[in-house]
Amino acid sequence: MKKENVIEAQNLTKMFGDFTAVNAISFEVKKGEIFGFLGANGAGKTTAMKMLIGISKPTSGKANVAGFDVFTNAEDIKKNIGYMSQKFALYDDLTVKENITFFGGIYGLSRKQIKEKSNNLIEALGLEEVANKLVGALPLGWKQKLSFSVALLHDPKIVFLDEPTGGVDSITRRQFWEMIYKAANQGTTVFVTTHYMDEAEYCDRVSIMVNGKIEALDTPKKLKQQFKVANMNDVFLKLARG
Amino acid sequence: MKRFIGFIKKEFYHIFRDRRSLFILFGMPIAQIMLFGFAITNEINNVDIAVLDHSKDATTKEIINKISVSKYFSINQFIDRESDIETIFKKGKVKAVLNFETGFSKKLITNHKATIQIITDATDPNTANTISNYVNAILQKYQKGLNEDITIAYQIVPQTRMVYNPELKSVYMFVPGVMTIILMLVSAMMTSISITREKELGTMEILLVSPIKPIQVIVGKVFPYIFLSIINAIVIVVLSIFIFKMPVQGSLFLLAFESVLFIITALALGILISTISATQQTAMMISLMGLMLPVILLSGFIFPISSMPLPLQVISNIIPAKWFIIIIKGIMLKGVGVQYLWKETLILVGMTIFFIGLSVKKYKIRLE
Amino acid sequence: MSITVSNISKSYKSVKALENISFNVKEGELFGLIGPDGSGKTTLFRILTTLLIANEGSATVADFDVVADYKKIRNNVGYMPGKFSLYQDLTIEENLEFFATIFGTTIEENYDLIKDIYVQIEPFKDRRAGKLSGGMKQKLALCCALIHKPKVLFLDEPTTGVDPVSRKEFWEMLKRLQQKGITILVSTPYMDEAALCDRIALIQDGKILQIDTPQAIVKHYPKQIFNVRANNTYQLINSLKAYEHNHSVYPFGEFVHYTDKRADFEREDLIQYLESENLSDIEIEKTLPTIEDTFMELAK
Repeated sequence: MKKENVIEAQNLTKMFGDFTAVNAISFEVKKGEIFGFLGANGAGKTTAMKMLIGISKPTSGKANVAGFDVFTNAEDIKKNIGYMSQKFALYDDLTVKENITFFGGIYGLSRKQIKEKSNNLIEALGLEEVANKLVGALPLGWKQKLSFSVALLHDPKIVFLDEPTGGVDSITRRQFWEMIYKAANQGTTVFVTTHYMDEAEYCDRVSIMVNGKIEALDTPKKLKQQFKVANMNDVFLKLARG
Repeated sequence: MKRFIGFIKKEFYHIFRDRRSLFILFGMPIAQIMLFGFAITNEINNVDIAVLDHSKDATTKEIINKISVSKYFSINQFIDRESDIETIFKKGKVKAVLNFETGFSKKLITNHKATIQIITDATDPNTANTISNYVNAILQKYQKGLNEDITIAYQIVPQTRMVYNPELKSVYMFVPGVMTIILMLVSAMMTSISITREKELGTMEILLVSPIKPIQVIVGKVFPYIFLSIINAIVIVVLSIFIFKMPVQGSLFLLAFESVLFIITALALGILISTISATQQTAMMISLMGLMLPVILLSGFIFPISSMPLPLQVISNIIPAKWFIIIIKGIMLKGVGVQYLWKETLILVGMTIFFIGLSVKKYKIRLE
Repeated sequence: MSITVSNISKSYKSVKALENISFNVKEGELFGLIGPDGSGKTTLFRILTTLLIANEGSATVADFDVVADYKKIRNNVGYMPGKFSLYQDLTIEENLEFFATIFGTTIEENYDLIKDIYVQIEPFKDRRAGKLSGGMKQKLALCCALIHKPKVLFLDEPTTGVDPVSRKEFWEMLKRLQQKGITILVSTPYMDEAALCDRIALIQDGKILQIDTPQAIVKHYPKQIFNVRANNTYQLINSLKAYEHNHSVYPFGEFVHYTDKRADFEREDLIQYLESENLSDIEIEKTLPTIEDTFMELAK
């Protein structure tokens, strides 16, 4: 069975004046896939992602996300995706429950749905004891797991993760990846941007951006074979050093 | 010493590269002086008034004429009914209405008494008060002309003389206040922000883990602002002398000395603020709330201290700005010398020593 | 000994940041402090650089006590804090000059020490630090920390947020500095960087889990690790966790790292079990433990 594409980009380009931040990138991401979007700082990752989530208009090219065109239906895209970034995820000065209610409300969930989802989520993460505590008081790892769950609250077709697991300890990081696997297994597409190459190893397929272009795109296994190296870090080093 | 000079050099780089702050630093004193000098004023000029003349006789015409030729008023319109008064005030342009009773001339001659009602729009009480005083003054003068040939047995004629600011120019009152605000702002807020910025950036950590001494850091931070504040003080004094013709009666040297003293007081306060705040934002909030508001409200700059409730009068004593305003008013307007100002000067010196002592005690050689 | 730490403890209010930490760093050693955010690395750095005082225990750096002789330490160490801490509105050259003067030296005097690194950023020396890329900022920060020729260099998470190319270059620079006789204490959350240190301390929740050479640490890993792979990773993890003989199950890149409770692991048994769980394309092969495996085993 061939799975449908939930992200399709063709020659997607973004220019800022004379500077080409994203240079005609093309790729597809399938339903339920974990897609790693790699590149050094300044390679154009963030700009490309902003176009895909509908907050930046491409200069040229075509892209379709969750069945909607990025030029004409940006607002519909926003309703069908979830977003989590390491920099901003949850409000530290709201409690766990208040955060869930707030984000549920933003995505138009009914009060009943919010209550039900909020209970499920708190139970699944084992947060019963801290449900009424401020998020700021939670350990980093818990916050990240919670914000990932919140990003999935409205059952989006695609969830975009911007450098999700930097800084957490190894075990919490595994638990986080297990959550990602679970979401993907249930049909949610996961789009991860990161410059941590060990994170790339967990993805089904990865693309590597260098200076605004996608220079490699395949499964981690095949990329390692192709470049004859032992890990993704070395793949990246070979690509970046030319 | 080389370390210290290197540090000061770096501070000047910071100051001159932050274009926005630099603009505020030097633009603000000029803007404030101009604003207070020209726009905000207690004097009145060409105020629109309306006239409701029930008599329309020779005397009323003469009075109306006297009023309309004065530079203070211009007659906007004549109205016919009492009920129009309210409408006309609501429109907002007319600030006062003169209401002459019927048979004004006749009553004046037969009864020796006739009435004019002066109705003013007191939404702005200061202006209303001034308008009524000015109208009264014109009427008095007119009346005096009428009574010239008649001698009245006993008469008390008060003679008022306003000294030090005979024309009641508001700029004379504002210059000392603005100078105080600017010096306080530049010195206290800018230093506290510049020290906390190092904490926020994390560079303070590196400075601490280096052989540079805390006193060198503090003096290095403060030095550029002493310099900038002095320039500001000079700009303000020059502007007020040349644009507003404000006299400096006393000694310029004394003025300079007292200004530098006040600058140091404010800098010491700035350092103190920086020792208790962790971020630039807190430093700014504390400077604005804790320094600016008292300077504006409790220093006697705008609201006279003598008419404040007693608790506020007491509090005003701990505000350095109060003493500085007394000092510069004394020097610039009264021309008094140090023999009259030594008490205020000593208070400022005492405050400065106290603030410096407190900040040295609070300054940390480690984090936390 | 270049650094000695004995029984250091530090608490903030109710939170214990460090608990009874002891270790020594030899002269000229490249010593790594490996642990996640919040494990106490930065607190330890601040105690050793005299910025904080420990509640208990004592420590010396370059033979000076961190409390009593703090001024001498401040003359003899280089410190690069976790956050990029240079003046963003000063150019590369101005930053370097400033730090040289406050340490009472000049760029020329110690140029040979920083030359390797400085030549890489010298073409941009008139550019403001705020406008530099992550890798260049980090090189500049290292130059500034080295300008007074410190005996001991403290680097708190120098490679966090830096791309792989710059990270690699950075570690090459550290190796060269080490050869010039500078003792280096470096912290990092990246397990793959641990292998580049002479010795490492694994730290979590304010406690040291183990101290040894990276080679010895992986050598002492108690179990045989297997790389397991199947057609559906999520199901594979769940099935392995439900398997009665499992000792640990962790997703690890494209594989799942699995260890067994039994002394002699039966491969066929596990394959059969996984097949009964509707998994296919099953691969099981032996693999060598990494530092991260050790870390997880110790922190478990």
